[in-house]
Amino acid sequence: MTEAPESYRPAPLTPVLTRRWLLPESWTLRHYTELGGYEALDTAFATDPADLVTLVKDAGLRGRGGAGFPTGMKWSFIPQPKPGEEPTEATKDAPQFKPKYLVINADEGEPGTCKDVPLMMADPHSLIEGCIITSYAIRANFCAIYVRGEVVHAIRRLHWAVREAYEAGHLGTDIHGTGFDLDIVVHAGAGAYICGEETALLDSLEGRRGQPRLKPPFPATAGLYAAPTVVNNVETIATVPSIVAGGKDWFRTMGREKSPGPKIYSLSGHVENPGQYEAPLGTTLRQLLEMAGGMKDGVPLKFWTPGGSSTPLFTAEHLDVPLDFEGAAEAGSMLGTTALMIFNETVSVPWAVMKWTEFYEHESCGKCTPCREGNYWLAGILQRMNAHQGTPEDIDTLLDVCSNVLGRSFCALGDGAVSPITSGIKYFRQEFLDLCQEQPAGTDNARVLAGAH
Amino acid sequence: MTTTESSDLDLGVFDGQRERAAAIVARYPQPRSALLPLLHLVQHVEGHVSRAGVAFCAEVLDITPAEVSAVATFYTMYKREPVGEHLVSVCTNTLCAALGGDDIYAAVRERLGGIGHEETAGTPGEPGSLTIEHAECLAACDLAPVLTVDYEFFDRQTVDSAREIIDALQRGEKPHPTRGAPLTDFRRIELLLAGFFDEVELGGAAANAGPSADTATLAGARLAEERGWHAPPMPEPGDRDSGATLQGGAS
Repeated sequence: MTEAPESYRPAPLTPVLTRRWLLPESWTLRHYTELGGYEALDTAFATDPADLVTLVKDAGLRGRGGAGFPTGMKWSFIPQPKPGEEPTEATKDAPQFKPKYLVINADEGEPGTCKDVPLMMADPHSLIEGCIITSYAIRANFCAIYVRGEVVHAIRRLHWAVREAYEAGHLGTDIHGTGFDLDIVVHAGAGAYICGEETALLDSLEGRRGQPRLKPPFPATAGLYAAPTVVNNVETIATVPSIVAGGKDWFRTMGREKSPGPKIYSLSGHVENPGQYEAPLGTTLRQLLEMAGGMKDGVPLKFWTPGGSSTPLFTAEHLDVPLDFEGAAEAGSMLGTTALMIFNETVSVPWAVMKWTEFYEHESCGKCTPCREGNYWLAGILQRMNAHQGTPEDIDTLLDVCSNVLGRSFCALGDGAVSPITSGIKYFRQEFLDLCQEQPAGTDNARVLAGAH
Repeated sequence: MTTTESSDLDLGVFDGQRERAAAIVARYPQPRSALLPLLHLVQHVEGHVSRAGVAFCAEVLDITPAEVSAVATFYTMYKREPVGEHLVSVCTNTLCAALGGDDIYAAVRERLGGIGHEETAGTPGEPGSLTIEHAECLAACDLAPVLTVDYEFFDRQTVDSAREIIDALQRGEKPHPTRGAPLTDFRRIELLLAGFFDEVELGGAAANAGPSADTATLAGARLAEERGWHAPPMPEPGDRDSGATLQGGAS
């Protein structure tokens, strides 16, 4: 691999995914192709599928849906027949001879996360071109885009773009004369945060309750309809055409060694100019805040999330943490979805934590006891504390329940649910204690049993 | 509910939907994947998922009504009671709430006589009837606080602007979403969610309504343009170390 020269520094913002967004009617095929759209497709079709997998692996692309799993590696887990291998009576049902599927996780619902919906509204063809290249690379002939149901205009634009792609011959049978066939279905969900978990999403796409599956087997061997399946986030797949067009070394001129490439940082909350800022991975909040005009009305920063409510809170101490997968983890949080929710000094941490916990309580799918019961009790305790009826011992109870949810739940929802609580107490314990002191006048101190109603 | 009871239900209301139901089933490698869109189709007809709607889905997919009910009750968007002409969803998750979402939801409730979550002001099926709900994060945090009407975005709301929307909807008007297509009503949107995006009753090419993105969402792209910031230029295909078809470098 050729390293970029030491002196090379990309610009503070590096619009790749967002480079078409300023165009009027940027969602149309005409504007997509004006700026190089669907050109990567023929490059990809001229390449062996296995080499495309290697390209994405070498580019270092990591999943943009929160976990940061290396994308090329995920694709390489899809069992493929060996060169010249034909199914026999003994192997005809083996995974390598089953149909392969690509499923796009467009169920954007992690609190604070707002990058995939604007991408699908402004530039749906970048996702579709990525779907075609990825399907070709993993040899899938069916791709489903599972998009949350509450964003109807993004769904319209996706439908429209899929139709345009069919009409232009980018989808359907014998695409570009290659003999490769692909159908894409836009599938609307029905309102369930848990369906962002990839195995719950697959169950939902199979027409079932969206509850996570036990892993292993992983989707790569037993995914949709128990066949080999890649599940990737919207932003991940929309990035693929630019890697094919620009090459791995170009991609690595942005970001850091283990987290290369550009990333859409979503700034929301108490900032002057909230919005989507596409910058190299490893950009800090200090840099992003400067570009976003600083804190709203100059009121100081109190706490923020690096990647949605499931990633432990950061404070003003963390303004210079490089926001990539390693940087966020080394500082005690996670990069998540780069959903930077920014709160100023006016916001109560115990209140914010209570609101998030109520969210997890509602969205817990009910399959496993630690998450279902844990979030119920955590929400109750936090509601009591926020009503000034808590005691200092409630903090210990919260942490005790959290330790019984973290790592003991069936999927990552439980782990994410305790993040705001444990990090909130870690950095702002005194605020929780102060709530216990501020009993409103006229209330007796009778213990109210959380959840007893 | 049991299978024996559902066999007594009159599914006649769905007679006009059999062609659409078959089209949904045909989209997928396996029929049961059609269940979520079929339930959206049921809500297009009835404004909620009734026992007859459950029986209809079960019949189309040849599964039991219990299997359909188990799914219908899992998802927030499938409603057990008839929804009004419009569904108003106010985000009250933390970020929106901190910027006024809780106050907006309280104002909406108050404006509609104190009704609560998933309750309806007016009579479903009649113009101006409104069902309200507090919603979880709607993926528009840079435009907070937000609400949606029939899942169309109304961004950067205030208590006053939300009251105006409610009043207009009750008068039978259709205020224009800040992003997206002209409002229709809850049932027609459910047809879109079932995957029929371009039927005449949905306004055909409504995908082409509205801006590419809200101006706030574009803050980064605009700043980059102003300052002349670009991603590094891509190498010309011939100059790339891996060659025009990637084979050399990628393997």
